[in-house]
Amino acid sequence: MKRDSFEERLLSGKFCATAELSPRDSADPEVILAPARTLAAAVTAINVPDSTGANVHVSPLACSIMLHQAGIEPIMQLGCRDRNRIALQGDLLGAAASDIRNVFLITGDDTSVGNQRDAKRVFDLDSAQLLHTAEMMCDHGQFLNGSRIDPPPSFFIGAAANPFVPPYDWRPHRMGKKVEAGARFIQTQYCFNVPRFVTFMQQVRNLGLHERAYILVGVGPLPSARVADIIRTRVPGVVIPDEVVERLAGVPKEQQEEEGMKICLEIIEQVREIDGVAGVHLMAHRREDLVAETVRRAGLHREPAPEVGRQQKGV
Amino acid sequence: MSIGRWMRNHPRVLEWSYRVMLMLMKPARGLVSGGELRWLDRLLRPVERLSKGLVFDCRMCGQCVLHSTGMTCPMSCPKNLRNGPCGGVRLNGNCEVLPDEPCVWVEAWERSKKMTHYGPAIHELRPPLDWARQDSAAWMNEMKGAGEPEPIGWSSRAEQ
Repeated sequence: MKRDSFEERLLSGKFCATAELSPRDSADPEVILAPARTLAAAVTAINVPDSTGANVHVSPLACSIMLHQAGIEPIMQLGCRDRNRIALQGDLLGAAASDIRNVFLITGDDTSVGNQRDAKRVFDLDSAQLLHTAEMMCDHGQFLNGSRIDPPPSFFIGAAANPFVPPYDWRPHRMGKKVEAGARFIQTQYCFNVPRFVTFMQQVRNLGLHERAYILVGVGPLPSARVADIIRTRVPGVVIPDEVVERLAGVPKEQQEEEGMKICLEIIEQVREIDGVAGVHLMAHRREDLVAETVRRAGLHREPAPEVGRQQKGV
Repeated sequence: MSIGRWMRNHPRVLEWSYRVMLMLMKPARGLVSGGELRWLDRLLRPVERLSKGLVFDCRMCGQCVLHSTGMTCPMSCPKNLRNGPCGGVRLNGNCEVLPDEPCVWVEAWERSKKMTHYGPAIHELRPPLDWARQDSAAWMNEMKGAGEPEPIGWSSRAEQ
């Protein structure tokens, strides 16, 4: 029996965990696949980022194909920073023809924050326009210029949301625009401020968006106070309140990793209870081991395949 | 505070002048659609560049949507976003790319809330830009009846 796909799992109403891969810079596929296997043992699907933070890494299309061939379900991220509409549509069709169904379409961090600051920024389309372009490719079998695609692709389309930065009262509407444009699942930026997220979800429910898209909350174990501080100062859009950093700094260095995981587990417990939350999306730069352990301790790990072990009740 | 910023912070006046402008343009529409009228284009372009440059920091994209973006030019966003803020806005409301500047979209949102007529238009999905129109006169394009062009494959949903 086959395992549920990401979309099937969400459809069935089971709480879902996804995680983000940090692709290693290597020309050896095994080096790239090893951390992906660590994650795949724990979560339903794996996001393959598109040179996050404008730091160059392996192409998300190539990496997604590698994962797929290794039997791991990828969510291919594609951003507007490095590609114009010709390249974006080409990569989308390439993904569809390679049996990649999950796509996560974003604007992308600016070139000025990464390791290639002399690069030209593209931003031909914005994320909402890219989402709608992907939807039109599926629903009407055509590119933006009207050329036919036969047969058309069939994507499960995702979008990002960041409820934790201004303008706060627009954020639910902004997410609504993305849903209107074609997004069927949402993965949020890191959530370290649960009350803020509760308010956001209240507005989301008022707009009925939780019934039109599956919402996965971004979470992650912080390995140390030092890393927490680096993330919040260098990664655009990540908000980590002082209390969290202070709590980490308040325990001895060798216990900070455990404390970071505890914080993450507490946040998962809290957001699970919020009406309209369909799952969690875990991120931890190059710490796939830590993510897998967090998922296990939260009781969200994938059921063992039925032919191997006993069937667990869906969590 | 620059005069442009002051005016943008009082968007109802701008909204009102836009509506007057649209009314004035309506009768011109038929006249312009016929011929090439390159002299009119040559005349309007510097006027538009100067006036809208002063008030809106206009970048002459040639497909003006100011009324639907809180009278704030989306082309002055470093990522040229047309549909709202990215996720990189700083806690103080400043831009991810230009840390000392306010996010264009934070301002657009606040201003759109003051606009009685076009305010809600900020929630509409804006189509991709036609980059071939860069440096052309949006007023001219508006009078030609194609103020905001759409790619052919963009909205066939509406036709079906």
